[in-house]
Amino acid sequence: MTLPAPAKTLPSPAPGPAADEGLARRLRALACTAPLHDLDVRKANLAGEYGVYAMAEVALAAIDMVTLNMDFDTGADHEQIVTRLLPRVAAQAPARPAAEHERVVRWVLENLINVGSVDRGFRAIYGTFGPDGAYVRRDYDFKLIEEVLGHGGAVYLRTTDEAVNVLVGALDTDVTSAQIAAEVKLEVLISRGRLADAQLAAEQARYRTVQYAETLRRTLDATRRNVRAVDWLQAVPDMIAEALDHVADRYRHENAILTNIRKARDEAEEPENKRRAAELVDIVKDCIRRHTQLQSRLLDAGPLFRAEQDRQAFAAPAPRSGIDLYGQLVAPLLPLPLERARRVTDAFFASGAGLRTPVSVRVGDLVDILLTPPVEREHLGAEMREPDLIATPDDSRFSEEQLAAATRLLDLPHDAPRRLSGLLAEARRSDPDLPYLVALLAVHAASPAVGTAYRQGEERLLFAVDDGTQLEDAEFGGADLIVGTALLDAAGMAADRAEAA
Amino acid sequence: MSDHHAEHPAWSEPDAPSAPAGPAHAHAVTPADAADAARLVSFGLQPKLLPARDAEYAELLRRYREDPGFGRLADAVATGLGLVVLEVSARAGMAIAADEDSVFAVRMGDYARRTAADSADRFLHGLAHLAVAALAFPRPEDLADDGYIGRITVNGVDAFVRQTCRRLEQRAEELGENTDPATDAPGLEAAWRVYARRSSTGATKDARRLAGSTTGIVGKAAAFLTESGFLQRTGDEAGGTYRTTPRYQLQVRDMAGSAAMAELLELGVVPVSDGSATLLPPPEGDDLELAADAGLPFHA
Repeated sequence: MTLPAPAKTLPSPAPGPAADEGLARRLRALACTAPLHDLDVRKANLAGEYGVYAMAEVALAAIDMVTLNMDFDTGADHEQIVTRLLPRVAAQAPARPAAEHERVVRWVLENLINVGSVDRGFRAIYGTFGPDGAYVRRDYDFKLIEEVLGHGGAVYLRTTDEAVNVLVGALDTDVTSAQIAAEVKLEVLISRGRLADAQLAAEQARYRTVQYAETLRRTLDATRRNVRAVDWLQAVPDMIAEALDHVADRYRHENAILTNIRKARDEAEEPENKRRAAELVDIVKDCIRRHTQLQSRLLDAGPLFRAEQDRQAFAAPAPRSGIDLYGQLVAPLLPLPLERARRVTDAFFASGAGLRTPVSVRVGDLVDILLTPPVEREHLGAEMREPDLIATPDDSRFSEEQLAAATRLLDLPHDAPRRLSGLLAEARRSDPDLPYLVALLAVHAASPAVGTAYRQGEERLLFAVDDGTQLEDAEFGGADLIVGTALLDAAGMAADRAEAA
Repeated sequence: MSDHHAEHPAWSEPDAPSAPAGPAHAHAVTPADAADAARLVSFGLQPKLLPARDAEYAELLRRYREDPGFGRLADAVATGLGLVVLEVSARAGMAIAADEDSVFAVRMGDYARRTAADSADRFLHGLAHLAVAALAFPRPEDLADDGYIGRITVNGVDAFVRQTCRRLEQRAEELGENTDPATDAPGLEAAWRVYARRSSTGATKDARRLAGSTTGIVGKAAAFLTESGFLQRTGDEAGGTYRTTPRYQLQVRDMAGSAAMAELLELGVVPVSDGSATLLPPPEGDDLELAADAGLPFHA
């Protein structure tokens, strides 16, 4: 039954570093998934009945969410992520209270950041064979979601490379070509009406887009730090040109897709397909937004380089003296092993932190201090004086009643506009002052606030048109305006606004 | 010890009580002289006190510089207390530093409690102080120039060190080194790696800086140096902006820099320098980095 084993003649896999390298890489990749499994294991330890929640699922969704909401500059907002995760958690256990859902989301997020550890990261241990054949256990430190400083000191979340790799799988491919592939796939899928797959492809395309932006951000950051660190003669200009082409290309592409999906959305019969198409529209819009952002960064890259070059490269050479703190201390220190480097930093600290006068307490004082009753804190502060209010005289030109009368007069049916002269005559019959107000409102209506009405979703708008007829009136001159009311399509405008947003 | 700087043209002489000063009386030291000398040293122990703001301090400084006998007396008082006089001048006041075993010296364990148990924390706190100094005086001539005022921001210092660490990481990657430390020998972990894996910031319940994060550690160093009269806080942007005082320059130049350098040499690391600044991009290679928002004072 047994076959003659050909394996005998094959060389056994070398236990040396070369074969080990791949193993170590896979072990590290495997380690990145451990925190997710760990969540489901540890949920049993939580106070309460949390078995119903699929924690690994929530965690993956959280990593997705943070990746997609990472902006070019900062990262994803912590609270926003919590809010967006709530529906999924709520769906897992609809009967439970909302407070518990929120607790679950926060617990998962905190565990992904690993708030409990001082590094806010994870550590896995794996073993390799060293060059001398000795087996060494090593620590692998990694993070899944890290907290970064945004503008104004706020803390944002970013997913690390490890997390993105865990999430999307083997990402060790060319970003550009992968994106092209994803989008071609998308177009084909849409044309065949397979929207479920199309959504998946669109989401993948968006991951790629985010990754692309991230790569670019790093290059620009490096440039800002040291223009010489980046090849500005060839590599970067090439990359920028390529990226600009890419943005232009994608922009056209995605706009075309957007048009197509919108059509698909409007024509779709099945509510499920309609919903999918609508989601797809959102995703593609987000892609377009990210491309636009990327493009503005790309256009800034050239000026940034020139400014940095001025700042960094053309500094005047200076006379020599003193210790070069960076070159002679910091730079040689950092590659040293921790134990040795620490001796240098200890020495610097001991003589560089300054002096403190030791606090000495006399026993007599101590007794006094301990027996002094605590000072009652004034919570309310000093008493406020009653403010003296002086009634300001009402110096309005027209009274509220007059305004009401004028508005009533100008509340015209939309199919029956009137001449200003007629309105003035009618106003004059009730109140000699009223025509002034009516004329004022009519003149204003000659330039109606269309934009405001659009934004506020008004249904009616007063307008006035000059058709060249002269106004014959004792008190007023000018054109005899035609005053009327236009009906606005409030519902349509609301839809447009939603679309534009 | 004392460094008499000839830069006191506007040395105001307030209603000088010109006590038994003058070389004529220098030989006979009275208890009153000793009290005055000790008083001057006590002024020096209040590093945030500026001579320009205190007439008595200014008068004692003047006496130190004009009366050699009094100067020697004050130096002796300082030495007896375990203090080193770095400079006595109008700009820095009585700049004194604590000897290593003096009661005034700051010990790492008192500075940050965790450092007693955790050698990584101990290193990070020390490195933060070194990095603040390195960015406050980026070029050797900045450290040498008495008129130089350095400016730093907390986030800038963190970004700068982090960037340097990232470069070392990249270089290790290019060389194909496995930098993950052996589990049973954490002390052999490369120093840069300790900094790189500590998170730079973190959310806390009360919206304060996370103490264990690197910005928290650098922020603590800056706040402590401010208390030491070495930095002055000038704003809240970028995690807190600070400028240096003359005392800090003296302390780094005459005390800390050389102490750390001696320790490094003892470890067998001999940093070669031609005396020019390495924080500027060197003519060959790009070993060194500049961090964004580090706010380095470059001279065009």
